[in-house]
Amino acid sequence: MSELGRTALHGLHLELGARMVPFAGYDMPVQFPMGVLREHLHTRTAAGLFDVSHMGQVLVRPMSGDMADAALALESLMPIDLCGLQSGRQRYGMFTNDSGGISDDLMVAHRGDHFLVVVNAACKEADLAHMQARLPGCHVEPVPNRGLLALQGPLAAQSLAQMIPDVMAMRFMDVATPAWQGHDLWVTRSGYSGEDGFEISVPNAQAMPLARALLALPAVAPIGLGARDSLRLEAGLCLYGHDITPDTSPVEAALAWAISKARRASGARAGGFPGADRILTELADGPTRLRVGLLPEGRAPMREGTELFATATSPAPIGHVTSGGFAPSLDRPIAMGYVPAPHATPGTLLFGAVRGKRLPLQVCPLPFRIPTYQR
Amino acid sequence: MKYTEDHEWLRVEGDLIVVGITEHAASQLGDVVFVELPEPETMVAQGDEVVVIESVKAASDILAPVDGEVVEINADLTDSPALVNEDPTGAAWFFKLKVDDLSVLDQFMDEDEYNDLIS
Repeated sequence: MSELGRTALHGLHLELGARMVPFAGYDMPVQFPMGVLREHLHTRTAAGLFDVSHMGQVLVRPMSGDMADAALALESLMPIDLCGLQSGRQRYGMFTNDSGGISDDLMVAHRGDHFLVVVNAACKEADLAHMQARLPGCHVEPVPNRGLLALQGPLAAQSLAQMIPDVMAMRFMDVATPAWQGHDLWVTRSGYSGEDGFEISVPNAQAMPLARALLALPAVAPIGLGARDSLRLEAGLCLYGHDITPDTSPVEAALAWAISKARRASGARAGGFPGADRILTELADGPTRLRVGLLPEGRAPMREGTELFATATSPAPIGHVTSGGFAPSLDRPIAMGYVPAPHATPGTLLFGAVRGKRLPLQVCPLPFRIPTYQR
Repeated sequence: MKYTEDHEWLRVEGDLIVVGITEHAASQLGDVVFVELPEPETMVAQGDEVVVIESVKAASDILAPVDGEVVEINADLTDSPALVNEDPTGAAWFFKLKVDDLSVLDQFMDEDEYNDLIS
């Protein structure tokens, strides 16, 4: 096995007493001494600082200098309206494959003369190769010299504003380039916790001083990958490789909201992305299976892989849990998984097989907890 | 107090063995959110899965350290699983085992040996 990568904040994690684990090829903090439960609740009530530098940052620049060319090129890889994305704004999207599955989910930010695409750590080499091969009119450059921090929670804005007052003027999914100590930060008002907050791309050399300055603020605590997972699960957000995969389409994954009108059957630039046949058909006719929220009726968490059954005795599973665990803010177990469309209506009673027992659970709407984005 | 390689502590109380997990184990597990206990009067064999513990991170179990009969369980843990983190060697005992002969405990580590194991 090759040596684990280290982010620019690796030394700080060790200094703060983090428990480190291998994640997507990096040695990453799964929790700090506060522990997953309190880190989760701290992010929901104050502000949590996450190191997400393992994620891929990629710049896509039009060779022509005309951003419409880059937008059209990227639109050939995803069912998202990027021609309509204004400068200074960001949008959620996903690369689809030829069979209509999701090869990664991502954020695209319009930064004036280029797009910044932020992709999952485990997919970043493949995504980079994909874009370099499929965007011939664009310069596609990885950004290995910058870290990425996320500051999330109800006190994230006022905390960050103590260092960078301009961020108060940003709203959800805005993109800005404020300076801090003479260095440009690439800031978006977004994140993956279901809270208001920011993602901050920072030159590697400034990542440590920036993180220390943020952690010196009274509301801010360091948060590990464990709480990042429980936070995003409560917010009903997908974890790539688990809730969405090369086999699941965006429609099955209940991500149809992200498929722009302009790219749908009657849209101005309908189709034209990999797997459009399947995806447009599923939009029209409904998918055969759907990602749903699941509420176990007891206290036992239902983890990823738990098989789901229509009744307490039916022999064959109808689906399985793709993410599941304990929700600290709701003080109960929650899960997500795929079930056939006829079983996907909220309120439907299903059974999960846990240690040989069939335990009842109910299909519920997503998200489990309504996000608090500042729109 | 005796200790198993599975990070359980075993304490003699009259003719019973009280079973819990060590502070080291509790800290490794992280915040415990669910505990599933056996029914009292269950006969168990050494190595049987007797208790399920779920933390925010993962599920794990407690194995029966020796053959015996579960005669008492700590129902407080069902309502307050966090006790496992707060007081692993005291209030968060899991079950009491009745065994034929308490000398079965001789096979397990004493405190010094256990501390060597986890250091």
